[in-house]
Amino acid sequence: MTSQAAAKVAPPARKIDWSAYISQLGALSVLIVICVIFAVIEPAFVSPRNLFNVLRQVSIYGLLAVGMTFVILTRGIDLSVGSLLALSGLVAAAVYKGGTGLLSAGTAGQAEGYGLWAAIGAAVGIGLLGGFLQGLAITQLKVPPFIVTLGGLTAFRGAALLFSGGQPISTFTDEYKFWGQGMIGSVPVPVVIFLSFAALAFIVLRYTRYGRHVYAIGGNPEAARLSGLNVNAITLSVYVITGFFAGLSGFLLSSRLNSAEQVAGVGYELTVIAGVVIGGTSLFGGEGGIFGTVIGILLIGVLSNGLTLMNVSPYWQQIVVGLIIVFAVYLDQLVKRRQ
Amino acid sequence: MDRHSALLWMENVSKSFPGVQALDNVCLHIDSGEVLGLIGQNGAGKSTLMKILSGVYTIDSGEIYYNGQPLRIHNPHHAQELGISIIYQELNLMPNLSVMENIFIGREPGPPIFVNRRELERQARAILDRMQMHLRPSALVRSLSVAEQQMVEIAKAISRDVRVLIMDEPTSALSEAEVETLFEMIDELKRSGVAVIFISHRLEEVLRICDRVTVLRDGKNAGDVLVKDATREDLIRMMVGRSLDQFFHRDEHWGDRAVHHSDDIVLEVRNLSRRGNAINPDAVVLDNVSFTLRRGEILGLAGLVGAGRTELVRAIFGADRRSGGHIFVEDKEVDIRSPVDAIRLGIGLVPEDRKAQGLILSLAVRVNMTLTHLGALTRFHFVRLDQERRLVEEYIRRFDIRTPSMEQRVVNLSGGNQQKVVIAKWLMLNPKILIMDEPTRGIDVGAKSEIYELMHQLAMSGISIIMISSEFPELLAMCDRIICLAEGRVTAELSREEADLETLMHYCTLREQVVSLNQSEGVVSL
Repeated sequence: MTSQAAAKVAPPARKIDWSAYISQLGALSVLIVICVIFAVIEPAFVSPRNLFNVLRQVSIYGLLAVGMTFVILTRGIDLSVGSLLALSGLVAAAVYKGGTGLLSAGTAGQAEGYGLWAAIGAAVGIGLLGGFLQGLAITQLKVPPFIVTLGGLTAFRGAALLFSGGQPISTFTDEYKFWGQGMIGSVPVPVVIFLSFAALAFIVLRYTRYGRHVYAIGGNPEAARLSGLNVNAITLSVYVITGFFAGLSGFLLSSRLNSAEQVAGVGYELTVIAGVVIGGTSLFGGEGGIFGTVIGILLIGVLSNGLTLMNVSPYWQQIVVGLIIVFAVYLDQLVKRRQ
Repeated sequence: MDRHSALLWMENVSKSFPGVQALDNVCLHIDSGEVLGLIGQNGAGKSTLMKILSGVYTIDSGEIYYNGQPLRIHNPHHAQELGISIIYQELNLMPNLSVMENIFIGREPGPPIFVNRRELERQARAILDRMQMHLRPSALVRSLSVAEQQMVEIAKAISRDVRVLIMDEPTSALSEAEVETLFEMIDELKRSGVAVIFISHRLEEVLRICDRVTVLRDGKNAGDVLVKDATREDLIRMMVGRSLDQFFHRDEHWGDRAVHHSDDIVLEVRNLSRRGNAINPDAVVLDNVSFTLRRGEILGLAGLVGAGRTELVRAIFGADRRSGGHIFVEDKEVDIRSPVDAIRLGIGLVPEDRKAQGLILSLAVRVNMTLTHLGALTRFHFVRLDQERRLVEEYIRRFDIRTPSMEQRVVNLSGGNQQKVVIAKWLMLNPKILIMDEPTRGIDVGAKSEIYELMHQLAMSGISIIMISSEFPELLAMCDRIICLAEGRVTAELSREEADLETLMHYCTLREQVVSLNQSEGVVSL
């Protein structure tokens, strides 16, 4: 067998399997077409300032979507990110200001709490913990992710209300506001953070063993288990990752708005999931990636920004985004059926 | 009897699938009030034949007469209208609905839209009473035992005025007492003129309940006998035939391997037991299975569907829980709780269903192949892609895996090449023990012989292989020793010299009471 084989097989070429990218390219081409249309109708759309503005608007969604991509790649879903974001933002603000509710209501700008890094650490810590608990329920109690995180959606929002006593925590110092409002050169800070984490996640998913395992589990959990992968540990970890991004985003949003509110992030989970799915990551797991997610999120941001510039009512914007979601996924399936 | 007087008459029925002639000029007939046994090895064509009768498949050629009239069965609904019903091994009920709703599903009495529950209950009760089934019409199906659910299936068939009832392995999940009840019910059906086709591996039961037996082998008729004229041995002989022996060149490699494999025991399994499966939590799946595996040996596991072969290897590999028993690897007792443990001990598993369990179809050949071996190709969590590509290239060349590139999604490969990817995945780990569950299922003849050759080379290199196959000739050709399983029990361990098709079939169809008979008197009598 071997001798014959050596003769028959051509030297293996390092060909790229483009089919893996096509679904992501679908979203990219829609994005480009829409950008061109906006640029023609409303030249102000392509000014660098406006483009950075778009990026800043989507950076919170984008961070959450990076985490969500990991979860969806494993066939899971995380509906709790918006609520966990609100809770984390309040915790960050309270740690920074040294208290919650009425205590902080009037006092402007003065840091009397535990400092900036403690605030960021607390927000991220709450996110990690929330994600870990949900991951535990999913892997140990075997409750489906949809249900567990639906519970999280409600419970974390409740915890946010309980924690803050229904009062927002507002007005921070400049060092706190810098993370959401500041600029590095001409690039907004949240944009830098979003793109950095997107790049990191891209590398993790593409080049590390862990990334491989995430795809493998989403593609076929049973085959992954029989191949000796620790399916439970990896499944748990992706919820910790979304938790991390929810925590970080909670802090960033409070900084950007100069206020941590218990109603922050309401409905974000749906926008984020929409972005991930538009970007070509399959809800059935195992296919897709960060590149597509960034495109998907940008698409949503560009639409909303462009339509606003064109004075289209925000109500209409929602309708358009809804149609785009369905259209993008239809396009994706059309391409896949062709293959 | 001829085509005009028989209730059902099938003549020269043929059916082929890509690459397989599933049925080749098969004839079968049955009369009202007759119980016909249909037997044959795995893959003999029984299921295809039944799927033709129940309207799932249409025939390529041949004729079917029903009540003396020529007939084509178009679809399952049509079959039911004709009075032909089938009860599959995996029962087909709605667990969340009641007995009566299941019996009349889709044909509820009363006006459309609203169901007349009282009428439904009355009609259901009439059928249950007539068949002496002690079931409450309003009981939820999921609260019933397997035997009771089977009764609901029978009642459902009766409510549709069944004329021909096909039962596929109806006793496989039943206890002795439940089998008796089922047989009483079959007698009752017989008295009311229903023709019953009884498919079973349990020859004793076939000989007891049936009037006549039709035997299939390799998609052809292999015999048709009246039960009163037949013995168990006759049936076995018809099932296995004699023609297959020369198919495999069994002794070609045998000599060199015999010298090669040593007496070192690599794996010992002692009293492995498992209770409970998906259908029945009390079912005995594995009953005190013990065996040993030597270095460089190919050990075969023979058995019919439901014998527990796959369950046994999954339990060893840690994929399923076991309820008792000990496993020793190289004389040390080990506690295998998950595939991770098994892999650490040098055990690999090529699973029975390559697509559902062996591969991640959406991912590339390269990714699938290195999935278990990734740790060795990783530095600081990063996969060393160059090293990985080189290794994958080497295995693609070594096993002659035909793929346009290693980045090709594995779903696009042929069955044989997919299987080679799975085998390559395990060989990268350099395993001591490789378990191969149906390694040649669904792959073409050329790829099969490549896999045989590969297995032989692996054994020669000192890897011990446990091979499961439903094709007895394949086991006889490849294995140094064969263990026969029946209903979760080891019924025989045969050396290469002792094993032949009839002996294998004999031990694989042996049931408990026959085993004890055999042991106490040294004879198998029926």
